[in-house]
Amino acid sequence: MTTVITAILILFGLAVVFGIILGYASVRFRVEGNPIVDQIDGLLPQTQCGQCGYPGCRPYAEAIANGDAINKCPPGGQSTIDALADLLDVEAVPLDAEHGEEQAKMVAFIREDECIGCTKCIQACPVDAILGAAKQMHTVITDECTGCDLCVEPCPVDCIDMIPIETTIANWKWPAPAEAPGLIATDRGRGELQQQEAH
Amino acid sequence: MGKVFAFHGGIHPPENKKQSTRTPIRPVPLPKRLYLPLQQHIGMASSPVVDVGQQVLKGQLIAEPVSRISAGLHAPTSGTVVSIGPHPVPHASGLDSDCICIESDGRDQWIEHQGLGDYTRLEPAELIDHIRQCGIAGMGGAGFPTDVKLHLGDDHIVNTLIINAAECEPYITADDMLMRERADEILGGIRIISHLLKPSHVIIGVEDNKPQAIHALEAALKGCELNIDIRVVPTKYPSGGERQLIKLLTGLEVPSGGIPADIGIVCQNPGTVRAVYRAVTFGEPLISRIVTVTGDAVAQPQNLEALIGTPFGDLLDAAHVYENKLYRLVMGGPMMGVTVEHDQIPVIKTSNCIIAASIDEMPPAPPEQPCIRCGMCEQVCPAELLPQQLYWFAKGREFDKAKQHNLFDCIECGACAYVCPSSIPLVQYYRFAKSEIRTEEAEQRKSDHARARFEARQARLEREKAEKEERRKARAEEAARSQKVRKSAESSGVATEPTQDISALKTAAAVARTKLKKAQKALDAARDSGDGDIPALEAAVQAAHTSAEQAQQALEKAEGVKPTAANIDTKQLKTAAAVARTKLKKAQKALDAARDSGEGDLSALEAALKAAQASADQAQQAFEQAESGAAAGTTGPDLKQLKTAAAVARTKLKKARDALKNAEDKGLEGLDKLRATVTTLEQKAEEADKAYKDAEASAGATEAPVNQPVPVDLKALKQQVSIMRTKIKKAETALAGLEGEARSQAEQALEELRQRHAEADKAFKSAEQAQLDAAAAQGVDLKQLKIDAAMARAAVTKLERSLAKSEANDERASLEAELAAARDKAENLNTTLKQHEPA
Repeated sequence: MTTVITAILILFGLAVVFGIILGYASVRFRVEGNPIVDQIDGLLPQTQCGQCGYPGCRPYAEAIANGDAINKCPPGGQSTIDALADLLDVEAVPLDAEHGEEQAKMVAFIREDECIGCTKCIQACPVDAILGAAKQMHTVITDECTGCDLCVEPCPVDCIDMIPIETTIANWKWPAPAEAPGLIATDRGRGELQQQEAH
Repeated sequence: MGKVFAFHGGIHPPENKKQSTRTPIRPVPLPKRLYLPLQQHIGMASSPVVDVGQQVLKGQLIAEPVSRISAGLHAPTSGTVVSIGPHPVPHASGLDSDCICIESDGRDQWIEHQGLGDYTRLEPAELIDHIRQCGIAGMGGAGFPTDVKLHLGDDHIVNTLIINAAECEPYITADDMLMRERADEILGGIRIISHLLKPSHVIIGVEDNKPQAIHALEAALKGCELNIDIRVVPTKYPSGGERQLIKLLTGLEVPSGGIPADIGIVCQNPGTVRAVYRAVTFGEPLISRIVTVTGDAVAQPQNLEALIGTPFGDLLDAAHVYENKLYRLVMGGPMMGVTVEHDQIPVIKTSNCIIAASIDEMPPAPPEQPCIRCGMCEQVCPAELLPQQLYWFAKGREFDKAKQHNLFDCIECGACAYVCPSSIPLVQYYRFAKSEIRTEEAEQRKSDHARARFEARQARLEREKAEKEERRKARAEEAARSQKVRKSAESSGVATEPTQDISALKTAAAVARTKLKKAQKALDAARDSGDGDIPALEAAVQAAHTSAEQAQQALEKAEGVKPTAANIDTKQLKTAAAVARTKLKKAQKALDAARDSGEGDLSALEAALKAAQASADQAQQAFEQAESGAAAGTTGPDLKQLKTAAAVARTKLKKARDALKNAEDKGLEGLDKLRATVTTLEQKAEEADKAYKDAEASAGATEAPVNQPVPVDLKALKQQVSIMRTKIKKAETALAGLEGEARSQAEQALEELRQRHAEADKAFKSAEQAQLDAAAAQGVDLKQLKIDAAMARAAVTKLERSLAKSEANDERASLEAELAAARDKAENLNTTLKQHEPA
């Protein structure tokens, strides 16, 4: 009988000790906020274009952390989806066409002699990449432009174009080697031989 | 000779070096045109300092370095700058890039230049700056600006200077020939660099397949004061790789991701060393280099001294190319070079070799076959990597893993691909993976930057909002405080208040009156009952009376001030008159009642009635006066008011008539009175009507000239037109339901309406035209017009876009209508714009 009681007491004592340790740890090593949101936000392209249906990349990151689909980001494209799938350990799915298609990287360009200086595009730009003042010509700081095209719609005179970024020797990429035909030397002509035999 | 170590792997491809070393270095005949890419080196592209059409002399600076890691560019010969723009450049992409094109004038006239003399007396920084000004960049392959490397002595301890003369790649003999013929110049360069870097030891690493070069160097080194060691290394590809040569000569390994200077070593190419010598001794910038032109498709493989910017075609001509045999033009060596499509690509500072290969020499690559995991690539890799693993990762786009397997330590020497039995283009896979990773990293940087900017913007907007809120609060507080101050001032003394509040005064007067009444009542009660302090009460009544009078006076004064100062408030006066009339009526009634009952103080009542009558008359008079004064006093008669007055008069008349009729029907009393009222009202209505008409006429007369210059109210006109249109439509629909006489009547009415519509439309159009003409006459605000036109155009395109997007039918119809309207507008505006635009 005493052994049983001793065992129970020991187990109880252990439970109390570990409970205290865990309780202390949960207070001492508390993490503020949701760290996964930061990680997801780090993978999103930060164009702040809103094509996902959320008002910016961070809100979408929060939505993903709460279980939204990972394939709503056209500017990020498949590579972002793959990275998100890798991070969240979910299936990589193709881009949801409802939110747009993956396009070549673009930058906004203002046809400057048509600009009337209304500052509407400046207010629309999420990254302050448009320079100008009221009644003064505006221009896009190309290096800062994320290509979100949010400035195109507000322009009353339609003088903003989205132009694909030109490939120069500075941003040229080596192409992937052509896919190998995958033939095995001994397989060459085998199909034809069988056909001939059939005749 | 010191010990020679070994590096891992390496291969022994056929050397093919003998062909091009049979003849001495020859200069290329002066080409007609030279193309100088602005980017010939690692770092920022240089920025042109010459203009198209400008004459330049040989050695003149034509583009200056723009940042720390950049190199200038000099005219290789005298001539004219004919263009600055895109031209094919020696790059794997085959893309065009900005080049300065110089048309030579054939004189090859040097700009004034001279060497530095005794450079040992100069400050090192000054000497290095001179080298930078001469545009010297590494001539071995990467093109790293040399001045940056020479500054390495500032923050690193450099104990060994290695001259990389291994030249391990097949076919290339440019350094070999240079050493054979210009060993003394190379030695001169070594002296200068040693002076700057102060190494304890200089090693010249040469492969053992260049005995003549070794011989020449040894001859030149005889009697040299420097600790220079020529070390012959066995021929093995790629012993000329910087890290491999360091391993061979010193046994040390450069850490991954580090530079040789981290272990106290600086490497220089013999060509660069010679360029430094010529720059310091003669003041000659880097404008030419030795290029090996070889391959089966040239008759005389040889080394040529070519000006930077010479098109490959000129080099091939100088070496007598067999056009029909030429299958492939390779820039660089057979292992690391790239095939180029264009023979107008110019020689740059890093071009060491051009191979014009025949089809037998460099056949097309055999098809790629599956990897059999034989491991031969691993055995030859000089960087001790796992080429096979890297290949799988690159193929599967697992770039993170490739990076973890040290992909970036790959020197792309091509040894693995050379030995691969499955002919897999391994280096292509590595290059692809590297550039993908670089792009990804660049995008990551860019997105981080965008995030920072976005967050900064958000924070700014937030801050601005908060500031606005703060300001609003501050204003509200200020207002509350001033209100408080005013209130306290008011309570402290009415008289001191500069702006007298009439309503407050009124209240005060009323209060005083009430008090007086109460006092009076109390007095009366006291008198009736016969007790109480009657004299005291009388005094109180007296006091209340005075205070009430004072209050009344103050009020009257205030009221009297106001109307004279401001516009006379006719409305108020009217109310006063009405009140007076009501009072009069009441008094009359009271008098009548008193008479009927025979009670009360009739005389007092009569007096009161008279007073009321007088005050009512006064009020009425004041009102009428004010009204007429207002009518006359205003700058132009207020037509609207007059119209209203006339209408009111008419209504009153009508009412009065109705009342009269009613009374007549019922035979009621007071008919005469009513009749009189009706007649007066009739008169009044007529008067009002007349006044209105007069005013209208005069307004029309005065308005007409006023209207001309001022833009007509187009909007109102337009509205009118559209109202007409709507009326017509309504009438038409109504007409459809009618028959017989009613129909003909309605038709008539419709016709009339139509006419009116046409008139209104015409008026609108003419007004519009007039406005446009007037604008034209005054010099139209072209800018505004342009803006309008642009906006109209934009509206059209936007509508078109939404039309293309929309699917619902009814939506489409309305959109189409809108679009048509927008098009019309845009068209109109465009034509006007064209009319007014200066031809």
